Amino acid sequence: MIYHPSLIAIIIFVLLVLAVLGLSVFLARQAQSTRAYYAAHGQIPWWVNGIAFAGDYLSAASFLGICGAIAIGGFDGFLYSIGFLAGWVVALFVVAEPLRKLGKYTFADALDARFHSRGIRLTAAISTLVISLFYLIPQMVGAGTLIKPLLGLPYSAGVGLVGGLVIIIVATAGMVSTTWVQFIKGGLLVVFCGLLTVMILAKGVTTETTWRKGLATEIAAGREPLPSEGGWADKAKVKEDFVRFAEPDGGFSVWKKDGDRLLECQALTVLKTGAKLVGGRPQTDANDLRPVGGVTLAGGSASTGAVSPFGFIDAIADGTVTKWKKTEIAEADGKTTVFHPVTVPGEKMLAPGQGLFSKLASGDWRDRLGFISLMLALFLGTASLPHILIRYYTVKDAAAARASTVVGIGAIGAFYTLTLFLGLAAMVSGVLDPTSENMAAPLLARSHGDIPFAIICAIAFTTILGTVAGLIIAASGAIVHDLVGSLAKRDLSEGHQVALGRWSAVAVGVIAMGLGLACEKFNISFLVAWAFNIAASANLPALAMLLFWRGTTGAGVTWAITVGLLSSLAWVLLTVEAYVNLYGLPKEQALMPFSHPALVTVPLGFIVLVAVSLATKKRAA
Amino acid sequence: MTEAPPPKPDLPAASLLGLVLFAGYCALYAGFIGLAVFAPEVMAKRVAVGGNVAIWYGMALIVSAVVLAGIYALVRRAAPVPQEAREVP
Repeated sequence: MIYHPSLIAIIIFVLLVLAVLGLSVFLARQAQSTRAYYAAHGQIPWWVNGIAFAGDYLSAASFLGICGAIAIGGFDGFLYSIGFLAGWVVALFVVAEPLRKLGKYTFADALDARFHSRGIRLTAAISTLVISLFYLIPQMVGAGTLIKPLLGLPYSAGVGLVGGLVIIIVATAGMVSTTWVQFIKGGLLVVFCGLLTVMILAKGVTTETTWRKGLATEIAAGREPLPSEGGWADKAKVKEDFVRFAEPDGGFSVWKKDGDRLLECQALTVLKTGAKLVGGRPQTDANDLRPVGGVTLAGGSASTGAVSPFGFIDAIADGTVTKWKKTEIAEADGKTTVFHPVTVPGEKMLAPGQGLFSKLASGDWRDRLGFISLMLALFLGTASLPHILIRYYTVKDAAAARASTVVGIGAIGAFYTLTLFLGLAAMVSGVLDPTSENMAAPLLARSHGDIPFAIICAIAFTTILGTVAGLIIAASGAIVHDLVGSLAKRDLSEGHQVALGRWSAVAVGVIAMGLGLACEKFNISFLVAWAFNIAASANLPALAMLLFWRGTTGAGVTWAITVGLLSSLAWVLLTVEAYVNLYGLPKEQALMPFSHPALVTVPLGFIVLVAVSLATKKRAA
Repeated sequence: MTEAPPPKPDLPAASLLGLVLFAGYCALYAGFIGLAVFAPEVMAKRVAVGGNVAIWYGMALIVSAVVLAGIYALVRRAAPVPQEAREVP
């Protein structure tokens, strides 16, 4: 769909950016020491840190990705919300307090507190860098993807803008400014999503009315279908399912056969030259794809009026949802994507199996294990993400770390509950861009007015700013404190550590921008899931065993991180998704049976740690 | 004058409480995944007060995480804070 920048959105975005930059410059004087730069003096109030946890954690994948996944696949998208939130239970009950007691600036501090091992510092630093970069790429891709529809700027401008702003935020005041940016963003995100949900419930659910439907005889009367040729004739199913009619404007319309009816479809052709056609004519404001998604309420009702939360869910469950699927057709001069409606009973959309996990019902063990593995990665990955772990060092003691985690869980839990209503509302409100599910939340806001749209655009960008800032400071800490610190033959002075930290932040930011530009076509959710898998596999076994098994040795920790990191990385690079999206190879050649490795590589990390610790115990003693 | 006994280490009690709550939540989470994988028809069953099992169970997982976190915080707040926890590295 073609988007035009909204002036209000630009104004609100610019004001928010100026506020964030002003805050960073103002706080810069407070970040001159190492402890200030990396841990905000350890003096952030627990309640601010709690909301900053939410600001750090709720990334573009959470905000835009989950709303989009629910809008397209119903309850399946909500499974991500549940998994992401459940991970905080591990963080609170297992990791928070011991980590705060053992560590100082980085995740490696806690791991190395007992052993003073160069191997642990090096492997933990490399693990932090790899995870942070994997997490940074989808944030950058999200920034580039969003800026075009929201502010009218090209993809590269989005990546450059976010990268540049975050470098300034982190380089000027380190963890001090990063914390306050995350606090502002976390608070705005939860409050505004709450307000938007109230607006959704006040409006209620309305039966879709915008799409032409009719009997085949009415539409086809006196009209000769266009002949099926080229890609339209190559596949029997395409030939059987779709019919095209020439339109007076010189283009064509596409219809899907549905019993004795024809359902109106949309066709987007991308030519090899890059030009785009809608229904065979150039894509313009007047000839653009139309927004999709809707519901037909039970009993022929046109609207529910204002509803309660469960009234809203029941209205959808009792109705019939129109979701949109796509069929790709290769043609001589490009590729045509046909977007076609599929009607599904509402109650099916509110149970697992209609979206991302539609193959679960097949009973194939690979699909089942893949799903279990993903949910395990989400559960264990949160407590292993370096940019989350370092936030435990920004409060004064273990009690404050615990209290801030509880506040974080409350804020994040509230947000994830709201994603169900935001996603379902986008699914049935006729606002979805058929080419981009990530735009579901902003487009839903636009259906409630320009100001909600402008605010959600600004929040979407600060969402990315907050998460990217946390990732860059985690990576910077790993470089200066762990990597350089363990390799240097003498201790660096405070001033050198801070200066090196600032330059590391600039370097990581530039690398992230480069990767963001190179990975424009990558799937955001997939990359985030990779980061969770790698974090859980590389970090959790070492962290958990260090806290709960006295027999753990330094060599055990080093090898657990190394094997967990390498095995999970190798696994994701040999999956179907990597073969198809990265290497352009047939999916049949992929070596791994399912996409998410945590189910195999997390236990592997534990086994390696126990085996190496037992083998090196006597030597260590 | 007898020497005061050293304070009890904080970690075991804290770990025990945390681990009990953690185990309970793990069981709840595993049950949810098990139903989604092996009995999706149960997840789709409607509930009299509105919604279905999947929505109620999913919401219960989110709410119980918040409630368990609150319980843990209250219990730990009532317990004495050991010296090591007050120290700033």
